[in-house]
Amino acid sequence: MSTNIPNVQSTDELREKWMKPEVITGSEMLLRSLLLEGVDCVFGYPGGAVLYIYDAMHGFEDFKHLLTRHEQGAIHAADGYARASGKVGVCIATSGPGATNLVTGIATAYMDSTPLVVITGNVATTLIGTDAFQEADITGITMPITKHSYLVRDVEDLPRVIHEAFHIANTGRKGPVLIDIPKDVSAAKALFKPHTEPVAMRGYNPTVTPNRLQLDKLHQAIAEAERPLILAGGGVVYSGGHEELFKFVTSTGIPITTTLLGLGGFPSGNDLWIGMPGMHGTYTANNAIQQSDLLINIGARFDDRVTGKLDGFAPHAKIVHIDIDPAEIGKNVAVDIPIVGDVKTVLEMLNVNVPYATKADEWRAKVAGWKQEKPFRYDDSDEVLKPQWVVEMLNDTTNGEAIVTTDVGQHQMWSAQYYRFNQPRSWVTSGGLGTMGFGFPSAIGAQMANPERLVISINGDGGMQMCSQELAICAINNIPVKIVILNNQVLGMVRQWQELIYDNRYSHIDLAGSPDFVKLAEAYGVKGLRATNKEEAQAAWKEAMDTPGPVVVEFVVNKHENVYPMVTQGSTIDQMLMGDEE
Amino acid sequence: MNITKHTIAVLVNDQPGVLQRVSGLFGRRGFNIESITVGQSEEVGLSRMVIVTTGGEKTLEQIEKQLYKIIDVIKVIDLSSKPMVTRELALIKVKSEPAERPEIMGVVETFRAAVVDIGPNSLMVQVVGDTHKIDAMLELLKPYGIRELSRTGATAMIRGNV
Ligand SMILES: Cc1ncc(C[n+]2csc(CCOP(=O)(O)OP(=O)(O)O)c2C)c(N)n1
Repeated sequence: MSTNIPNVQSTDELREKWMKPEVITGSEMLLRSLLLEGVDCVFGYPGGAVLYIYDAMHGFEDFKHLLTRHEQGAIHAADGYARASGKVGVCIATSGPGATNLVTGIATAYMDSTPLVVITGNVATTLIGTDAFQEADITGITMPITKHSYLVRDVEDLPRVIHEAFHIANTGRKGPVLIDIPKDVSAAKALFKPHTEPVAMRGYNPTVTPNRLQLDKLHQAIAEAERPLILAGGGVVYSGGHEELFKFVTSTGIPITTTLLGLGGFPSGNDLWIGMPGMHGTYTANNAIQQSDLLINIGARFDDRVTGKLDGFAPHAKIVHIDIDPAEIGKNVAVDIPIVGDVKTVLEMLNVNVPYATKADEWRAKVAGWKQEKPFRYDDSDEVLKPQWVVEMLNDTTNGEAIVTTDVGQHQMWSAQYYRFNQPRSWVTSGGLGTMGFGFPSAIGAQMANPERLVISINGDGGMQMCSQELAICAINNIPVKIVILNNQVLGMVRQWQELIYDNRYSHIDLAGSPDFVKLAEAYGVKGLRATNKEEAQAAWKEAMDTPGPVVVEFVVNKHENVYPMVTQGSTIDQMLMGDEE
Repeated sequence: MNITKHTIAVLVNDQPGVLQRVSGLFGRRGFNIESITVGQSEEVGLSRMVIVTTGGEKTLEQIEKQLYKIIDVIKVIDLSSKPMVTRELALIKVKSEPAERPEIMGVVETFRAAVVDIGPNSLMVQVVGDTHKIDAMLELLKPYGIRELSRTGATAMIRGNV
């Protein structure tokens, strides 16, 4: 694949050169410290308060800096980078409006436990608190949506703070950490002492290794269970525990459902996999949860989109919850066997002498039967292009090998339903916050982290317009993301709710006035293609795949399509609208 | 659910913003704060917060767990699960014409409180004790007319050498 994604220059020699103890500015300390953390790509946007930092970056080629067209693009790109690589995503913005433009992205990362280090400039320490030009209390604003934050007041603290920030972001329950650097601190000079020692913080000691006794209890519960079920979430992917999960599932023979963020944590082709649970989950997964007598939650947080009506959720099950974050255990659902620890470590330990669930044969057969009888289904058509068909086509041509990012809405759910995943970190989507505008820029980050892989970004026509300006950086850097737009001309998911819950009262969902997406792409120098039927769709997609570099492919799809099954709010998850009643 | 009062001590790093982190957590997650006091602890660099809150066992458990997620929180102790000493201080400015003074002094003495200022037609009373004692004292002073009241909120410790 030919791309302009530049090679990072960093070599051992360069590293040594940079790491010499010297008197340098805070800005230079920042860059060198980032290198020490292994950063190879940063997304950002300059402004007055970070000008010293950008000045220090002049001619600096040890990591790549991508200038996005909006700070929201920068942080979602950093997020996509982190999710697709497991490394910490980094972005930089100036004070005030630059920093506040990051808020949506920080909240997105926080809800989905994505490791980010977010660097913002601030006005000089002498001006803080005076309502100075472009001042905003960004540490205060983001306190509820960061794992931790720093306002650096002394240049000498910078190397330690940066080292701690990376450690906090990417250990325990991962999440975004903000470092706010006043302008005078980035300008001040001091002796640079590289900070690489292991971090020791009294208030921060995530429990990695679980309590042995609890594991024994779980072994016993598995041996006794007649209707056991595994519910696996994003924690499997984040901990890198997918192989251990595979072993656990195949050794126990317990059927498994993976949440939206858990997709890719277990291969979708496996017989024991029964799809996604919850609001738009499979008939099988939802019924299996409701009928199970042992529900083993591995790294998922019992989100309300998964549980539906809480009282009435898994009413017969003994509940096991494995999570690195003790606060998740018992937060929404009362737990019988709590296991605090890193998912990978827990599974490794569990896999020693794990019993096969011998009493569950009937159950396995029952679940397999449901899976046969009630897969996701839609009525295909030759007149109109069905969005589900498009996703299936993308899946067929890539064999599940691509990294797929999505925006939020119906297309996101169809992608989750009809795309098949066989490896972790191939699926990047905003689950917890459900952030429109996330899909496309996150693909840029995912591609930067994986220059050799095919990255497809699936968007609605609504969400695509929330960050479409980032087409510029795809064009300029020849970032070869394939940008799919499923254009149904409406805010589809909102239309679905208005149709099913608000009595067909369609209020403000018509996206008339959207740009011609082909021309929009072309305006940025990106190839644009459009398809309105199956034949055109196949041809356009083939052309997109054969084109090196970024391509926008707009599929004009049926406006009236809905996502099924659907559990409406206030229902238990086995009360599904299946969509075939009409 | 059994809703009761809980007193929690939280040992925190003496960092700017740490009070905001803790109180923000309570607000955001819908936990109640009846009172919160902060001050120095026995160790340099650490402050101790004492928070009085109400809620069931499940809420208390979540409060503790969520507090531990704050990086600047070092230790969380549920004081009310053990025998503890709680103290609160109140300054009460009570209306009093000279003729009423002896009567009010009587109340003050009974409660082992102190008069710390006297104005032409008011007295300032300082009282230290647990919340009940201060409530009781206020009840008795109310009839004279309370002009101003300032209570500190509770600070507390476990008895003995635990
Ligand atoms: C920033 C933001 N604003 C609003 C919403 C609420 N919302 C959820 S889905 C949706 C419609 C999305 O429409 P579109 O992007 O066209 O995708 P479709 O559902 O049609 O696939 C909206 C408005 C959101 N999730 N994020």
